[in-house]
Amino acid sequence: MNIKFIKLQQLLSCICLALFIHIAHADEAAPLASDPVLEQRLVSISEEMRCLVCQNESLSGSRSELAQDLRREIRDLIKQGKTDAEIRSFMVDRYGDFILFRPPVKPTTWLLWIGPFVLMFAGIVALLMYLRRRNTQVATTSLSDDENKRIDALLRDDK
Amino acid sequence: MEYSMIPEIGHFALILALGVSIIQGALPLIGAQQGRREWLVLARPATQISFVLLAISFAILAWCFYVNDFSVLYVAEHSNSQLPTVYRLGAVWGGHEGSLLLWIFLLTGWAFAVAQLSKTLDEFMVARVLGVLGLVATGLLLFVLATSNPFERLLPAAQDGRSLNPLLQDPGLVFHPPMLYMGYVGFSVAFAFAIASLLSGKLDAAWARWSRPWTTTAWIFLTLGIALGSWWAYYELGWGGWWFWDPVENASFMPWLIGTALLHSLAVTEKRGGFKNWTVLLAIIAFSMSLLGTFLVRSGVLTSVHAFATDPRRGIFILILLSLVVGSSLFLYALRAPKSTLGGAFSLMSRETLMLLGNVFLVVAAGSVLLGTLYPLLIDALNLGKISVGPPYFNAVFVPIMVPALFLLAIGPWANWKSTNLNALLKRLWLAAVVAVVAAILIPRMMGEFTILTALGFLLSFWIIASGVLQIIRQFKAGKPTRSFIGMQLGHIGIAVFVIGVTMVGAYQEEKDVRMAPGDIVSVGGYQIRLLEVRPAQGPNYQATRGTFELGRHGKAEEVLYPEKRNYDSSTMPMTEAAINAGLTRDIYISLGEPLEGNAWAVRVYYKPFVDWIWGGCLLMALGGLFAVLDKRYRLRLKK
Amino acid sequence: MKAKFVIPLILFIVLVGFLAVGLNRDPREVPSPLINKPAPAFKVSQLADPSTSFSPEDLKGQVWVLNVWASWCVACREEHPMLVEMSKSQVAPLIGLDYKDKRADAMEMLARQGNPYNLSAFDNDGRVGINYGVYGVPETYVIDKAGIIRFKQIGPITKEVLEKSMYPIIAQLKKE
Repeated sequence: MNIKFIKLQQLLSCICLALFIHIAHADEAAPLASDPVLEQRLVSISEEMRCLVCQNESLSGSRSELAQDLRREIRDLIKQGKTDAEIRSFMVDRYGDFILFRPPVKPTTWLLWIGPFVLMFAGIVALLMYLRRRNTQVATTSLSDDENKRIDALLRDDK
Repeated sequence: MEYSMIPEIGHFALILALGVSIIQGALPLIGAQQGRREWLVLARPATQISFVLLAISFAILAWCFYVNDFSVLYVAEHSNSQLPTVYRLGAVWGGHEGSLLLWIFLLTGWAFAVAQLSKTLDEFMVARVLGVLGLVATGLLLFVLATSNPFERLLPAAQDGRSLNPLLQDPGLVFHPPMLYMGYVGFSVAFAFAIASLLSGKLDAAWARWSRPWTTTAWIFLTLGIALGSWWAYYELGWGGWWFWDPVENASFMPWLIGTALLHSLAVTEKRGGFKNWTVLLAIIAFSMSLLGTFLVRSGVLTSVHAFATDPRRGIFILILLSLVVGSSLFLYALRAPKSTLGGAFSLMSRETLMLLGNVFLVVAAGSVLLGTLYPLLIDALNLGKISVGPPYFNAVFVPIMVPALFLLAIGPWANWKSTNLNALLKRLWLAAVVAVVAAILIPRMMGEFTILTALGFLLSFWIIASGVLQIIRQFKAGKPTRSFIGMQLGHIGIAVFVIGVTMVGAYQEEKDVRMAPGDIVSVGGYQIRLLEVRPAQGPNYQATRGTFELGRHGKAEEVLYPEKRNYDSSTMPMTEAAINAGLTRDIYISLGEPLEGNAWAVRVYYKPFVDWIWGGCLLMALGGLFAVLDKRYRLRLKK
Repeated sequence: MKAKFVIPLILFIVLVGFLAVGLNRDPREVPSPLINKPAPAFKVSQLADPSTSFSPEDLKGQVWVLNVWASWCVACREEHPMLVEMSKSQVAPLIGLDYKDKRADAMEMLARQGNPYNLSAFDNDGRVGINYGVYGVPETYVIDKAGIIRFKQIGPITKEVLEKSMYPIIAQLKKE
């Protein structure tokens, strides 16, 4: 009898769940894009491009007409089966490197890409060299706690 | 028609202030050089008068906005009679001229504070510090009076003003610039102290002790100002981003990075007398970055969302000002720095070394941001083409530089001054390491996706937090902690909290772009959002379309949200006002898009886990700074 | 003066140098990568008569000017007198590219303000514009006899641009 009851419960739960899913499905908002996978790829490509009209925004987020037109172009290119690199070339051929937020690595941008790491390496090396040299020169101008208290007292006396 | 004379008083106050600033700048400095006491003592009163004059001038500009005096050109360009009062006041700094006036007003304010709180400081030093501040004020006042006078008249007066950019009609605007400028401008004090000590030839630890609370206070404001700007962009711009590596954002971030390095360097100089040259250089660079930022925003040299309306004359003027101030400082540095003496000795493995190493990372990070920000200009100037340097670059470069710095953060406070045993150090930290590794493996699994980058984020943040907790436990066993200690812990843990926020949001946020008609539901992040209705609404100076969305979980409604699309009377671009349900562990963010056929709307919803920890972390850092400033050592001085 | 302490000053001077140069540049301008490259091919209907078409091929062997314009573009009205002057001088065929416009509005503007163009091509959806790297209106191209783009003007044509840049280039290209 218990088992039958449990089975009935399970059956009822299934039916309710099915009904609920059906209802939820009926109300569930449809994605705006007809092809979410394509849209995802569009977003990731256009996110790294500059809108040339609203130049502080990316091609992905900008609401300007040119941005909408260029997004339409990219969508078409994706549908044609072009790779990300080909789509980037398409844009660069027409608008130059300026449209890419990620500067391409070429001789004119070597300094840009390598610079920070060279700087970091140089900084650490310079630090180590400085520290080695420093330890051979010893001086004493730090203030001890007593000295600090004396300074306070002196300053107080001095109006 | 009767025109008010009050704006002219404001203008006159500025002219007077220029005269006083020249006196404040020139005489005490010459007096200190030549030992003329009667010129030295002019410093404080001149500073006080400067401040009063700027206060009057600023108050008058605010008054003009308050009473809608459209015979003042600046008011007519940035305000409107329909603009709500609070935004009319915010509009005072909504444009170039007014924000510059705010800059100078805050500069004289800081100088005034230094004048009042330096009674126990050697009067030669006071004279030099206030003198330097006076010179800076002179330069800026000349700039304002020559090219950017906020009191310029518009005669005949406009019937009504052009109003404020709708994007700026927001509480964020009211607080973000003043907070930011307090920080920017506040670094002028550390700068002035540095120059004063170079001038006097006395580069000693006492100077560091004086500089520290001023620098920390400025740093607190800058931290809050940047955090406010980021938070404001997040909720106001409608698409949930919080940092864009925009040139002007970078212009505020660079002084922050240098300022953080400066804070730590000052600590070492004060305690151990070391790194004096380096600390002085950092103080000069920090304020130089502030001035550079001012140049970048107002000269038209870079494209930026923040750029004010530009005029080539202004660009040239600020560049000259920048060159004079920074150039002469660095020249003075080159002359005088070699003469300073070294501090105490310390071994390769010591707290000093670790802090210096941290400095290196912070400065390299600032340098990289500078490189990326200016590189397009560099390439263009050399006629090598036109490129953009955007977020992908900065993220790719900044993160690897910061990783070792964050790693060191947890170790530094355990190291002893002068010399520390590496093995003993590592022994203390093994527990923290375990916690970090566990977090790095467990949390991504719990959240549903494991990547190296997210694991790294949790590894570092929990490494820092665990180390901090261990330090606190150890400290409590030893006695009551100082405020300085609490400040340090809050500051460091604040960064960890920040990193958690960034990692969570970056890796686990969900976004859905859907088509919704009334009755439809969209699910995101475990929540259900149902559109109830969309109808028109009216604001004081805009028409809107307002959506009513019900947010719920497990069938229970939790809150109703009202995102809007607004059309301001003064602008053609529609504005999105997102609706956000904020929580400790997540934000639900709803943005209303375009109307579609069939009574439906384009709606974008976001689930952003832990996004408020980003700004929460910044608040903790600022709070840490506050504790540090209020440490007993400095209160002794304040009482005098 | 020890050498290493001068480094910050030197770096700063270099920085100021670049900033000074930068003051004279426009950071928003997007130079065209199509200079000295073939003008992209297209075939679209003409504005006045939809049944006829136009293609750059039609003008091979001649030096000609392509001007991108639209009835909704305010700056185009500013440059209109210059276009009229150029067409009167008869230095080169002037072809308009009506960009993302409505035929009726465009025809009305030409009727009202005068038509300086030999003809206008109708780029309804902006695809031709994209292929030419158009990001704003007006923009103007000078194309040589072999169909290569040799010059691009971004923004309205002013008298100075016409006399100092365009006329000399057109004259030189004609000699080639």
